[in-house]
Amino acid sequence: MASMTKKTEKHPGGINYNEIPRSVRLRPYLIIAPGLLVLIGILIPFATAIFLSFTNFSFRMPTWEFVGLRNWIRAFQNPDFFHALSVTLRYAFFAVTTQMILGTLVAMMLRKDSPITRILKVALIFPLMVAPAIAVLIWQLMTSNSVGILEPILRAFGVYNFPWAAGHHTAMFTAVLIDTWVYTPFIMLLVLAGLQSLPKSPFEAAQVDGASPWFIFKTLTLPMLKPYLYIALLFRLMVALQEFGIIFALTRGGPGRTLMNLSMTGYEIGFRFQRLGESLPYLLTLWVIVNIAAQFLVKRQRKAAKEAQGY
Amino acid sequence: MSAPTGNTYSNTETLVDTQKNKRAVTALQTFGRSLGLGLYSLFALFPLFWMVLISFKSDREMFNTLFIFTPTLENYEAVLLRTDYFMAFFQNLIVSGGAVLVTVVAGVPVAYALARYNFKHKEGVAFQILSFRFAPEIMVVVPIFLIFQNIGLLDTYLGLIWVYQLITMPLVIWVVRGYFEDISVEVEQAAQLDGYRWFEVFIKILIPLIKPGLVAACLLAFIFAWNSFTFPLVLTGFQVQTITVTSMRYIASDTVRFGQVAVAALVAITPQLIACLFIQKHLVRGLSFGAVKG
Repeated sequence: MASMTKKTEKHPGGINYNEIPRSVRLRPYLIIAPGLLVLIGILIPFATAIFLSFTNFSFRMPTWEFVGLRNWIRAFQNPDFFHALSVTLRYAFFAVTTQMILGTLVAMMLRKDSPITRILKVALIFPLMVAPAIAVLIWQLMTSNSVGILEPILRAFGVYNFPWAAGHHTAMFTAVLIDTWVYTPFIMLLVLAGLQSLPKSPFEAAQVDGASPWFIFKTLTLPMLKPYLYIALLFRLMVALQEFGIIFALTRGGPGRTLMNLSMTGYEIGFRFQRLGESLPYLLTLWVIVNIAAQFLVKRQRKAAKEAQGY
Repeated sequence: MSAPTGNTYSNTETLVDTQKNKRAVTALQTFGRSLGLGLYSLFALFPLFWMVLISFKSDREMFNTLFIFTPTLENYEAVLLRTDYFMAFFQNLIVSGGAVLVTVVAGVPVAYALARYNFKHKEGVAFQILSFRFAPEIMVVVPIFLIFQNIGLLDTYLGLIWVYQLITMPLVIWVVRGYFEDISVEVEQAAQLDGYRWFEVFIKILIPLIKPGLVAACLLAFIFAWNSFTFPLVLTGFQVQTITVTSMRYIASDTVRFGQVAVAALVAITPQLIACLFIQKHLVRGLSFGAVKG
């Protein structure tokens, strides 16, 4: 459709750009101006954030001064920084991997059209609409050892007092579990959309040839789904790397520092300890990581989309 | 993949056998599929069911019953009538609704310009807008806090509505842009030939055409704004309370009242669940910012 726009504008003989009245040429800028103004008002903070990371700004002191790279050096010398980095990456890895596999599987299972799958396609989206912080509340009702339903079930399997978010070794699992509950439908939806867009003929041909389901999946479905999977991965990864709501609501980063990712650590230093300048290297590092991941995935997505069209 | 050219009947003897096999495999597949779907549905939906169940449980029966108990409304009374929780619900409505309104007024024209006009740095502008959405909220909020403190927007409706533009505007612009691109230029040109001016074309012809998509994008933006946690956590306090932040007072403590936790969660998620039922068809497109036209 976009190409259509171009076609009509490159009319026979071409358009002399200078012949268009000024008012018409400026129109697009005029139209986007209000929207951009609203956003640019918000853009200032980005620049401010970088600027402030070179100062010792704090709510506690009335004045501030330049400290050069001190905040950055301090952050990089702090073991908490690398711990936060590791938590951020591990959390994103576990959550996103689980959800990509589970979401794709569920989408494949929902592919067949029946009254039940039609209802499930709607109902299964519900968790995605729940705010992550509220999801923690809901899961508290599940995992609580007094009112939770999981406790009696685990007891039947001989597991007593499973510590969930309170345990050092189980906190990450609990957070990822809640994350998975919320976000798996996102992957499911995108993969379902991808499956619906697949052309029928190659699959029929493969079936006539007697190809096994696994072979069909590996050589046909997967490559053609790849553009969709990359988009799902892109959006999911960007959010998972910054996850704040779930961890904040669950344990505020605890027990100990078990769940202190970059977002939580930045929040702690900036707002609990009120040393804004010092918190920014943590948060800007997070920003850089998210950007690198996004750019990498966008490139891969474009490549995959081109390859899929080659089929 | 080339199409098969009709020599698949060469192994007729084994055809009956493979068909039997195939039927067994299909039955197994159906069973596995049902089992998997059942298990996942349990995982996805049971917590919601459990929440509803607990919201009707009285404190007396909270710890010694599972599924069978005498339902009561005392938790609803406690949360909705005896605390300011409903106020937070209402304030969240104002802030999220206001944010979507501003986005529609300022953002839909941007979407139109990005869809129809070719101007310098067009793609750059579009990607810049998208990148706002994926900058870490907690990083953005630090300087915004300082700026708001200086200009007195901290803990105000206006301040929060403005910040929510970071959530709602990129979404609406990108999704609605796609809907505009779906309409052929000829429609616009025909209207112009009929004597409509460009903004008349926009309001009288284009907006009605994209209305379903626009409404869906707005509802999704509303859901995102409603669910926002980081911004209101840092930028609001006493004057403006949103429901996501207020609900945190029900989180784990030794004297936690589980019935009230359930009601608080239930109240906080109801608007989104209802909204989501209306926009299913547009959900994929919205969630992927228009990248997947499902």
